[in-house]
Amino acid sequence: MDLKCRGAQFDTDVAIVGAGHAGCEAALACSRLGLDTVVFTVSVDSIALMPCNPNIGGSSKGHLVRELDALGGEMGKNIDKTFIQSKMLNTSKGPAVHSLRAQADKRDYSGSMRKVLESQDHLTIKQAEVCELLWEDIPDDEREGTYVRRVTGVKTQTGTVYHAKAVVLCTGVYLNARCLTGESITYTGPNGLQAATHLSDSLKGAGVELRRFKTGTPARMDGKTIDYSKMEEQKGDERIIPFSFSTDPDSIQKEQVSCYLTHTTEKTHEIIRANLDRSPIYAGIIEGTGPRYCPSIEDKVVKFSERTSHQVFIEPEGLYTDEVYIDGMSSSMPEDVQIAMYRSVPGLENCRIVRNAYAIEYDCINAKSLYPHLEFKTIKGLFAGGQFNGSSGYEEAAAQGFVAGVNAAMEILGKEFLTLKRSESYIGVLIDDLVTKDNREPYRMMTSRAEYRLLLRQDNADLRLRKYGHRIGLVSDEVFDKTVLKQQMIDEETERLKSVMLGAGREVSKLLEQYGSPALSTATSLAQLLCRPELDYEKLAPLDPGRKPLPADVIEQVQIEIRYEGYIKRQERQVREQERLEVKLIPEDIDYDDVPSLRIEARQHLKEFRPVSVGQASRISGVSPADISVLLVYLERNGSPSTVQQK
Amino acid sequence: MTGNTQSTIAAISTALSESGIGIIRVSGPDSVSICSKILGDGKGDSVLEKMQAGTFRHLYVRDGEETIDECIVLLFKAPHSYTGEDTVEIQCHGGVLLLKKVLERVLKSGAVLSAPGEFTKRAFLNGKMDLAQAEAVMDLISSRSEMSLRASRDQMSGRVSDIIRALRAKILYETAYIEAAIDDPEHYDLEGYDTHVRDVVSDIKEKITGLVKSYESGKYIREGIITCIVGRPNSGKSSLLNLLTGYDRAIVSDIPGTTRDTIEEYVRLDDILLKLTDTAGIRNTEDEIESIGTRKAVDAALSADLILFMIDASEYLHMDDLEIFSKVHDKKCIIILNKADKPLMIKPLDVYEHFRECGDFSLRSMSKDDFLVRYPCIVMSTGGGNGLDDLKRSITSLFISGKIDSSSEVVITDMRHSQLLKDALSSLENVLECIDTGMETDIYTVDLYDAYRKLGLIIGEEIEDDLANEIFSKFCMGK
Repeated sequence: MDLKCRGAQFDTDVAIVGAGHAGCEAALACSRLGLDTVVFTVSVDSIALMPCNPNIGGSSKGHLVRELDALGGEMGKNIDKTFIQSKMLNTSKGPAVHSLRAQADKRDYSGSMRKVLESQDHLTIKQAEVCELLWEDIPDDEREGTYVRRVTGVKTQTGTVYHAKAVVLCTGVYLNARCLTGESITYTGPNGLQAATHLSDSLKGAGVELRRFKTGTPARMDGKTIDYSKMEEQKGDERIIPFSFSTDPDSIQKEQVSCYLTHTTEKTHEIIRANLDRSPIYAGIIEGTGPRYCPSIEDKVVKFSERTSHQVFIEPEGLYTDEVYIDGMSSSMPEDVQIAMYRSVPGLENCRIVRNAYAIEYDCINAKSLYPHLEFKTIKGLFAGGQFNGSSGYEEAAAQGFVAGVNAAMEILGKEFLTLKRSESYIGVLIDDLVTKDNREPYRMMTSRAEYRLLLRQDNADLRLRKYGHRIGLVSDEVFDKTVLKQQMIDEETERLKSVMLGAGREVSKLLEQYGSPALSTATSLAQLLCRPELDYEKLAPLDPGRKPLPADVIEQVQIEIRYEGYIKRQERQVREQERLEVKLIPEDIDYDDVPSLRIEARQHLKEFRPVSVGQASRISGVSPADISVLLVYLERNGSPSTVQQK
Repeated sequence: MTGNTQSTIAAISTALSESGIGIIRVSGPDSVSICSKILGDGKGDSVLEKMQAGTFRHLYVRDGEETIDECIVLLFKAPHSYTGEDTVEIQCHGGVLLLKKVLERVLKSGAVLSAPGEFTKRAFLNGKMDLAQAEAVMDLISSRSEMSLRASRDQMSGRVSDIIRALRAKILYETAYIEAAIDDPEHYDLEGYDTHVRDVVSDIKEKITGLVKSYESGKYIREGIITCIVGRPNSGKSSLLNLLTGYDRAIVSDIPGTTRDTIEEYVRLDDILLKLTDTAGIRNTEDEIESIGTRKAVDAALSADLILFMIDASEYLHMDDLEIFSKVHDKKCIIILNKADKPLMIKPLDVYEHFRECGDFSLRSMSKDDFLVRYPCIVMSTGGGNGLDDLKRSITSLFISGKIDSSSEVVITDMRHSQLLKDALSSLENVLECIDTGMETDIYTVDLYDAYRKLGLIIGEEIEDDLANEIFSKFCMGK
């Protein structure tokens, strides 16, 4: 008997590489669906770490969190437990762009998520660097003589092998990461954490193409050294609205901490200009592509040279520390320049930097190599989510991690994949953009990317998506039934308001006059009155004795549905028009050279992207409507494509 | 994508040439109700809705009270049609002008102009195509749509593209600002922005209105200027008519198959096409008219685009001349001082001084120069045949270079472009209405961006990531 160990071996259903915001959601989704799951992290203390901004949500990102929650994700619940300030943004700009944002206690957020992972059945947390992806080529049953590459597991730095039916890559910014502060370069992940330096080569060996992206973070300061009297206080909302549809609003009302607003000065900009040659980006040391929406203060000064000042927000990192985050001044300048430039900001004259600002470069993929269900096109069983896919932001990461995890589980369980449409969710827009468009920088969610955003409101995420959460098994019958009932109440009340007609009686005139609303000349429904900006559901109560008591969230939906009906209907019509192309699937093995009269440019793009549906094909730049028509004919001739499910 | 499968589309489906028969095809859920608005059996009844699928009938195309053409109408009901949708086929008489007029009626009644290949695409989407044949059709369509795109790019003078681009840039900037404020509410403020957008949109709206108007004037170029010659007896109307028709003996076209008793003659003065209406009437009534009050002549004059006002300049101005002018001065009007080779008794200055008294305040306060731009005054000798060049120049200045419609510096010539401009206009009107009724910014952004997209279709520019790029390049975002 050979007593010599050659490395341990384990069997599991799913291996998740990384325990950031994407990895946590992926791990929870798989284990909650009953699959044995191992989640790997280079440091157990960095589970659900927030290495950059100390908040969750914000414009359009708040939508993602709400949607994730409706599907059965964890992020919304976790921030509801650990926030220290909460604000609904854009409240005066229309219901579709209302967006929730909460400042988090970073340590609490991370610790609380770790607790959730730890108490989850079927889930094992393992501190280890995954160094190798294991795979094999097996003969293709469908096409003789060809092979299909399939993932078989992962190997850690110690040589331990985890055999797995599916692997989900959520490596965030850790792959071959290097951090830059001026001339100083360290080969670490964010916050000085160990980078993952081996996996990249293994992935390349498996045929995964990698590229380099960069992002950055501002300095953290000792809050005791800041003079807040020179800044403007930014308080949270009086009435706090939770992220999660399952959180009782009354249970989370609490004391909140403030953020503070200050601004850069001419002097700040002078310091930066004088030292540009020492910035690694402007000196050409950084090769990764950085995001335009989150520019460093150097970028802002150079690109928007006409502006003499930029806003700076001081945000607490948590209740456990005095450290604060300097939002608006991310930088990769050398330390001495950083000190000088931060100290030129009113209120920061005597500041002490706890952690320097830095830029970070990392390996990631072009998500065009993924299917919309986030599996690699060339490696069966290998899924990817989060910043590794070329996105940025905690919320974007969590949303993708969830979808990647769910679909890894769906594949193992032999069930239908979860692919959300652009017309039903921001998550759908996010993933479709990532896997279809040519993204040359880390992708951030924005409301303007969602063409049907009037339908995709944060207030109706449950009505849109609970059904999918229920179908995949992450939303209980009880919760789902509640959502069905809510929809029913909304429909009934909307119908009722449309049918109750009012005449020009004395009571009506008096009430209208009270709110400065024009008198009625013909019979008018309550719904029509509700459309008047000066009136609302509450104000109409005296004229509506037939009204039943309804929950506040139902009334909110009724008001929105009635008031914006024309616009909502219009977008619904556009959705139906596009839908017919979305359901036309393109067979996986289509040979575009065989499609007659496609233009050369279109042929090239289609070959490169290999879209799954005609709808997706129609969004690829360089593919014209005429090309789509040509494609449709071809598909028609070669059998009904809508029955071909790529699997 | 243009795969608009809910709407009802229409297009001329035969070649636009002077053929005997032309076909307009209308397809979509509302094709029957749309067509029944303009098709009748001549007894004032809309018979289309009672027609059986797969049958045809002899009907009339109406424009209000007027009958434009008689035609054969074929009705197909879904799914038994080319596209698989309800389809109405109107076979009218050929001729570019007539076909376009009928199509315009169909569009006005609620159909939208079909995109290239859209009928065929619908046929595929509804699984209706003979597939072997379909490929051939698509070959044709893809090559043609490519060509037409290139053609329309070529056709568009740089000037038009420049104007459209400038308008789009303005809309894009405003949209991007709003989006930046939504995505980064702490850095960008929308306080009071509605008023600003209102001003910008009103300004853009005015410019687009000018372009739409230019299509109308472009229409003059293509379809002829409806022209009416008026004047006192013996002022030389007949000889002008003879001069004009004699200039180019080839009568361009008389609309075939119409049941009207009036004759319309087309006369081409080099690149200007005049459609002389009611010339018969004028010819016949010349001797009989005692005064200018003859109802028929006045009616004809009032429905014309252009009045050629003949004055016998060998005599002094007559009271009747003043009366004629007072009736027609709202129209585009060229005053022809016909001297028939006799000494000139009336000069343009006399015309100005006397005629301006016939109108309202704005006319009375007009300077001489302005007056003569508004009412070009030319000296002609119809008998001798000179003065035609002046006449051409005057017509051009009134209709083409747009001295009067100064807003339309350029001319839109494509019906599709004109339609898209009108669509953009209505989106912008929605924006203004939203602002006025207190709707939130996010809501009117939808219409604002719609207008941007419509304008983009005109110059064939892709929109892809315009907005994101604009936001990042013009506005400093976040973190």
